[in-house]
Formats: sequence, structure tokens, C-alpha cells
Amino acid sequence: MRRSTNGFKRTARSRVAPLGRLARLLPPAVMALLSGCSLEHGFLHPHGRVAHDERTLFFEVIALTLIVVVPVLVGTPWLLWRYRRGKNNNAAYKPKWTFSWTLEILAWGVPILIVAVLGVMVWINSHKLDPYRPLPSNQKPLTVQVIGLDWKWLFIYPDQHVASVNQLVIPTGRPVHLEMTSDTVMLSLLIPRLAGQIYAMAGMKTQQWLQADQPGNFRGENTQYNGFGFQKQKFRTIAMAPASFESWIDKVRASGQSLDCPTYKQLARPSNVDKPRFYRSVTPGLFSWVIHKYVLHPAPACGAAANGSHA
Amino acid sequence: MNASPLWHFFFGELNYNSLPFYSPIATIGAGAEVFGALAAIALITYLGKWRYIWKEWLTSLDHKKIGIMYVMLALVMLSRGVIEGIMMRTQQAMAINNPGYLPPEHFGQLFSTHGTIMIFFMAMPFLTGLINVVMPQQIGARDVRFPLLNAISLWMTVAGAGMILISLVIGKFSTGGWSGYPPYTELHTMPSVGPDYWIWALTLSSIGTTLTGLNFAVTIYKERAPGMSFFKLPLFTWTSLCTSILMIFAMPPLTVCTLMLALDRYADFHFFTNGMGGDMMNYANLFWLFGHPEVYILILPSFGVFSEVFATFSSKRLYGYKSLVIATMVIAVLSFTVWLHHFFTMGQSAGVNAFFGIATMLIGIPTGVKIYDWMLTMYRGRVRLTTPMLYSVLFMVLFVIGGLTGIILATPPVDFQLHNTTFLVAHFHNMLIPGTLFGMLAGYNFWFPKAFGFRLNEALGKLSAWCFGIGFVLAFFPLYFTGIQGMPRRAQEIYNPAFAPYMYVAEVGAVILGLGLFALIAQLLVSLWQHKRTRVPLGDPWDARSLEWWSPCPAPEMNFYTVPKVHDRDQFMWMKEHGSAYVLPDKDAYEDIQMPNNSATAVVMGAAGFVGAFGLVWHIWWMAILGLVVVWGAVIARSFITHTHHTISADQLRDQHKAWLDKVAAAQPVSRDHETDPTNQGLAEVAP
Repeated sequence: MRRSTNGFKRTARSRVAPLGRLARLLPPAVMALLSGCSLEHGFLHPHGRVAHDERTLFFEVIALTLIVVVPVLVGTPWLLWRYRRGKNNNAAYKPKWTFSWTLEILAWGVPILIVAVLGVMVWINSHKLDPYRPLPSNQKPLTVQVIGLDWKWLFIYPDQHVASVNQLVIPTGRPVHLEMTSDTVMLSLLIPRLAGQIYAMAGMKTQQWLQADQPGNFRGENTQYNGFGFQKQKFRTIAMAPASFESWIDKVRASGQSLDCPTYKQLARPSNVDKPRFYRSVTPGLFSWVIHKYVLHPAPACGAAANGSHA
Repeated sequence: MNASPLWHFFFGELNYNSLPFYSPIATIGAGAEVFGALAAIALITYLGKWRYIWKEWLTSLDHKKIGIMYVMLALVMLSRGVIEGIMMRTQQAMAINNPGYLPPEHFGQLFSTHGTIMIFFMAMPFLTGLINVVMPQQIGARDVRFPLLNAISLWMTVAGAGMILISLVIGKFSTGGWSGYPPYTELHTMPSVGPDYWIWALTLSSIGTTLTGLNFAVTIYKERAPGMSFFKLPLFTWTSLCTSILMIFAMPPLTVCTLMLALDRYADFHFFTNGMGGDMMNYANLFWLFGHPEVYILILPSFGVFSEVFATFSSKRLYGYKSLVIATMVIAVLSFTVWLHHFFTMGQSAGVNAFFGIATMLIGIPTGVKIYDWMLTMYRGRVRLTTPMLYSVLFMVLFVIGGLTGIILATPPVDFQLHNTTFLVAHFHNMLIPGTLFGMLAGYNFWFPKAFGFRLNEALGKLSAWCFGIGFVLAFFPLYFTGIQGMPRRAQEIYNPAFAPYMYVAEVGAVILGLGLFALIAQLLVSLWQHKRTRVPLGDPWDARSLEWWSPCPAPEMNFYTVPKVHDRDQFMWMKEHGSAYVLPDKDAYEDIQMPNNSATAVVMGAAGFVGAFGLVWHIWWMAILGLVVVWGAVIARSFITHTHHTISADQLRDQHKAWLDKVAAAQPVSRDHETDPTNQGLAEVAP
């Protein structure tokens, strides 16, 4: 609603080839170091292409920046020792020496070169990994509408007409298009092993594309502080094979409550929910009503905005 | 709610529930604070020092005393901030699938006060204090350009700090963090007085800081000694100038955005609300339009300190002076072009994100140059590892790691993963502890003799530096790793047992940081106790290079007996080398000078500002109006005072100068081997 999907399109998933090669030398070493700390919960153990590319970029940036960092880490203690004040120190002492063009060109030149390369990487990857950019695929994307509440997440499947609270179920191998808004203060949705985060704000719609490669069960959370139940605003993301996903939809349809306006209003009150909830049907246009009630004046009644061509 | 109209008129929203009896920990905290205040009052009364404090300190317009009071405020607030940090780390270490000892409401207040205190009432007063003490002396000035305005800035800042302190005792503070993002901090979601405390504390201090920025900038433009062209300014003065310019341009957006939030909360406006046309994205932009330059306001003075310390304790001229000046200016300008990197995740287009990501990385270039120039200052020098130097070296090694993680966060797609996690918490502590705090403490150790006339204890100083260094690494490096695994910041309870070992290590680090604070306080007390053995009345304890050391320690009221003529960047070193540092000039070099008289105006304005803000917080309207009227009244009353200066005659100056030089002539210069011995009276052996 605030902004349409950016027009910039890059179909080829190109890499910054020479740099990629340079950086790829490093990850095994860093990974070996980090694996001792068992970082299996985050994006360093990606389960989808977005998080995977974010990890690659993470290591490339570290590798490049270390070129200017390592000389300081090594050089500072060495200088401190070599030029210490002491009786028998025979190192050169030139108290009036204050300038060298060679060193000056190095001190400015090397960081400039590195930032130039980083800048190209930032430009290319910001577009490639733009959360609003649809993931190329021959599969039809699955749309999930996400409403952030105090202190839980509501996931609406508009095409399947079902909904869940604090459990996001997605099929593997198929792009998922999350459309997000908030029915409270600003929130931020993060599923580290699948993709990065984006804010959810009242009266606005933000987007995130992601995809899971294999079945799995991942942590998801709100990272933006929103009050006394914040720390419990977690959810599970379950990626399952397409056939299992279909049978999950059938199972939800066959049981449980329907999410009508009074049920929604009850749900939207600040509370933590201990167990995921499932709804076999959803009032049409609920997501767009939640956005419109902050934008339109007077606010429409719940259910009245059905089929509205929002956003 | 059931209060009578009369009660409401006199006491606004105040009632029994405003007292801190909602949790035992809050009661203890408030009790400790009240006890501390009462003990200080009792001690001053017992010693009969009220008159002395009023005449010599509270009403003083001397920039050196104002600076010292700023630093004292910073140290008091540092103590509270560190204790709060330890409390939060303890909570997170206990709260793995466990509610811990702090309920969510209390935890929310703690991270909000901790951030607000450390930024606005620890780091800002500390750097303002150091600049106040040092900068006018570095440029050969007798005071800042506007001494009364200087005192007003101080007392506005103290009033703001007072608001934070009293919020612990009466009412509760905001749980909206130091950045106070609406709509969470709007009346609808937070009807308590917490955000109001935050708003008025920041408003008071931001006004004080804006005035400080103007004052410092004009001082540097107008009050330099003859011959001191811009490219002869010491580096600390350069960084002070850049910081002042940033203060002038960056603080008004903060004042505006806190006042807009106040209008939302008090007058039913809708600048940042959900709906009714409000838009919190405007707040994010306004706040960080201040917030990012603020980061460089905090770091640049430290860069100045490091420049002085590396040169002085390497017994060598600063390497790459012009390069450092250009780098400082580039940082100051670029700092206004990067604010959006605080919210890459707000849904703007990839092009916008990429632009601000690249702009952020550009700042890494001049910062990198500075680091290399300091390394090259040590190169071919003779390095003495004193306390200020230890802080500086720890800074170099740790700060570049923060720089690395900063570049990582400046990459928008990676920031999507790390934003709002403990990785971010680790990153900004990595910049602010080794960067700002170590710089300030290096400056504190370096210039303490200038301010008080005796050196600080070296052993305890080094112990404190090591504690802060090691404590920082243990407390914050684990947070990088939990952040990479997606642990959100500000979590009162943690549901992932894998984070437990990291939290335990961080807790150990927090305790060591606490020991560092303890060592810092012990250093001050022990140094006071031993001060007869560490006195440096002759003025030059470190074989220093810049002009502020060309006077006795502590410096006389008017800083210098004669106005120096500046020939060199390292003017004092130049004078020592040319044998002109300790020579009594001709009689006509002295002239009668005018120094500002004490004034109660600023203290009254600060007190009235505090009272008015307290009235606003609790909706006690008569009190709010009274505060405002007294603030304006004090300004008007001041304009009727005609006798604002006193004269120091040329003869007095000459007599004092002669007395100092006689002492210098009688003293034995010491070599750097005896720098920390009692034999060091502040007269350095001139290198051949």
C-alpha cells in the first residue's frame, strides 16, 4: 500500500564473480571457528534460498573488511612492543617524522578500494535480496497475510480461506509471499533460517518473499519490542512437502472455529497464546479491513470491506 | 482516578501508587538513591560546605569548573548505568526458560533508563565536560565565548538528569527504549507518565546541548590566540569543533520530535499515532536524523583525545595531522547522510537502502585512516604505556572489530537478519565502550592533573582499564553469536536453551565491568588520599605538546598570565624546545583583564526547568507554569544586572606569573623514566 513492488528486475541470479571466489576461500575457516559455538539456530544454517544468499553475503563482507582490520589487530601490539620506551631499545626514533605520501596513499587508498567493491556488492545484493522482489519460480506462489498483534501472529491463507495463530505452515519448493500489517504498534517478523525481517506497521502493508527448500521446523519471532508479552511472541514455521501441506489445509478446514469479526476482536486484545490456534474459515477481507480501519475515515465496519481491492 | 478536584489541582496525577512499592527491587533502588542524596546533603552540612559549594561551584561561570561539574554528573550517571547493565545481564543469565528476578515491566524500564542515561546523561556530559575544561586552554582563550550560556547548558542538562533520577522514586519510567519509538510510546498504548519523563528529560538536555554546541563553535572561531590559524589547532580542538557543529544541526530534530510526541500525548495530536493521519515512519526519520550524527558527536571528541594521547605518550609529533583533520570533517559531513541505516527493514525500495548502505560504508574510510594515522604516530616513537595510553591501545584493537560488525550491519540484506538482535546490541556497545567511554576515560586520566593539580593513581587506573577491556569483551562478544542465531534484543525471558552458555559468559563480563567501575571510583578516592605525593604544580606532568599545559596545574582562573603568540601546532613543545616556555615577558605584555562574576541565573533556570518539567509530567499545571515563568523571569532579571565582570590587574598577573616561574626555576626537570614518581612535579626534561 505504501509502495508497490520495486520495478528493478534481475532475473539472472548473478554473483560478483571475482569477489565471490575471493570470499569463498574464507568461509570454511570462519565456519570451522563458528561451528564450535553451534550456531544452528540462525541464518548461518539456512533452510531457504533467501537466507542462504544472505549468509553468503555475510561472509563476503567479513572477508573484504578483514583486509583493513587484520593489520590493526597485528600491528598495534607489534608497534607497542617495537617502539616501547626502554633502556635497550635500538629501534629508530624520529620524533619529528610526521608524513609519508606512500603511507598516506595506502591509508586512504586501500579503504577506498574496499568500500568501492563493497558498494557494488551492496547495490547488486540490495536489489537481488529485496524482500519485495518476487522469487523467480515455475511454481505459483503461496500468499499468506500476516497480522501482527499483541503478542502473537495471525496468519491468514486468503486462497485457502483458513487461518492460524502462531504457526506458519508452508509448502516446500514453492515461493511464499508474506503480506504484513499490524493491528497494534510496530512489530518485526523474523524467521532467521528462511529470510530476514521486515517491519509490520498499522495502516500499511509490507512484504517478504521466502522459500523453504526442504521440510523443517523453524523458529520465528517478533524482534521489535512491543510490551510486556514481547519475549513470548514466538511462533513455529513448519515447511512440509506440497502433498502434506494440502492435507494440512484439509485438516484445518475440517475442524476448529471460524475466524469471524467478534472472534478476531477478541483475539486482537493483548495476550499471549500458549498453543497454536487454527481457524477453518476466515471472514473475507479481514486483512484489508485491518489496514483500512487506520487509513479510512470513518473506519469501515469489520466485514464491510469484503472483496475490497486493497493494496 | 478517584482523587478529588482539589487534590488534582494541587498534585495532578500523583498519588500513593506513584511510590516505588510495586516491586521490592524498585523499592531498594529508589531507597538507595534517596539514601545517597540524603547522605550527600548530610555530609555537606556536617562539613559546613554549603557556602563554599554555592560560591565556588554552583554559581561559577568558570569553564573549568563547569567542565568538572559535567564530568562529575557523568560519573554519577555512569555508576547507575553500569548497575542497570549488570542487572539486565543477570536477568538474562537467569531467565532461560525461567521468569528470572525482574518482571517484564521492570526489565522494560531498565533497558530504557540504561540507554537514555548512558547516551544523554553519561556520554554527553562527559564529552561536554572534557571539552569545557580543555578546549579553551588549548586555544589560548581565557574562557568560552559565552560563560553564562555555558552554565545554563550545564544546569539544563542537570535538570534533565534529575528527571531521570526522580523517575526511579516517583512513578515509573518509559519502557519504550532510549529511542522511544511511537506508536508504542503514544498515550493509547502507554498511558503512564513514563514516556513523559523521557520526553522532558531529553528536551531539557537537548536544549542544553544545542546551546553548548553554539558556545563551543563560536569560542573556537573567535577566541583563538593570535597566530593560531585553523591548521595550527590541536586535534582535540578540531574534533570539538566538528562535534559542536554536529550538535548545532543534529539536536534540533530531536527537540522537535520529542515535542511532537509531547503534543501527541498532551494535546491529542496525531503526528505519530496509528490512524488519524499519524505516521510513525516520520518519527523514525526525525529521530535518526538526530540519532546518527549523535553517534559522531559521541565519538569525535574521543578521537581528539586519542590524537593527543598517542602523540604525547609516543614522544613524537602526531602523524598525518592534515589527514586527520580532513578525516574528521569528512566524518562530520557524512554523518548526516546515513540515518536510514537504522531502519533498512521498514520497507523502502532497494535503491534507497543501497544508497544509505553505501553512504554508511563511506564513513569507514576516514575512520580507517584515523586508525592508521594513530598507528603511524607510534611508529618510530618511544611509547610509554600509561593509563591513558592503555585505554587508547585497547580502543584501537577493539574498535576495529566494532567497525567490522558495523560494515556487516551496513549491508542491507545482512541487516535484515541482524537488525533488532543482540548482534546490534553488541555492535553499538563495541563502538560506544571502546570508542566513547575509553576515550573519555583516557582524557579523564590525561587531563585530571590539569584540572586538579595532582595525578591519578596509575596502578588502579590500569586495573580499571583492564577490567573495562576484558569485561567488555566477555560481556558483548557472546551477544554477537546469539544475535547471529536470531536472539532478539530486549528479551526479558529466553526460550532457547542454546543461548544459556553465552548468557553466562556475558554475565561474567558484566561483573568484570562492574569491577572496572569499582576500580575507577577507588582510583579517584586513593588519588585524593595520596594527592600530596602526586602533585604537579609546575604544570607539565606528561612532557606534553599543546598549549593547555603552559600554566600551573590547576590553571589559574584566567588560564594564562599573558596571551601566547602561536607559532606551531605543538605550541607548548615548540616553546620548550625554543627555551621560551618559562621566561618572564616584559611588563607591557600584561594587561588588565575582565573575568565574569558568579551568577545564580543558570542554577535558578535549571531548578525552575526541573520543577516545570516535573509539573508537566504529572499534569500539575500550576507547577509547570511556575517553572516556565521562573525560567523567563531569571533571564529578564539577569538583564538588569550591570556589574557582571571583575577586573584582574596587569600587576596581579605579573606577580602570579613570576611566582610560578620562580617555582619552575627552583625545580629539577625529570626524565620520562620518573613520570609516575613523586619526583615528577610537572617540569619535564627537554629532549635534546
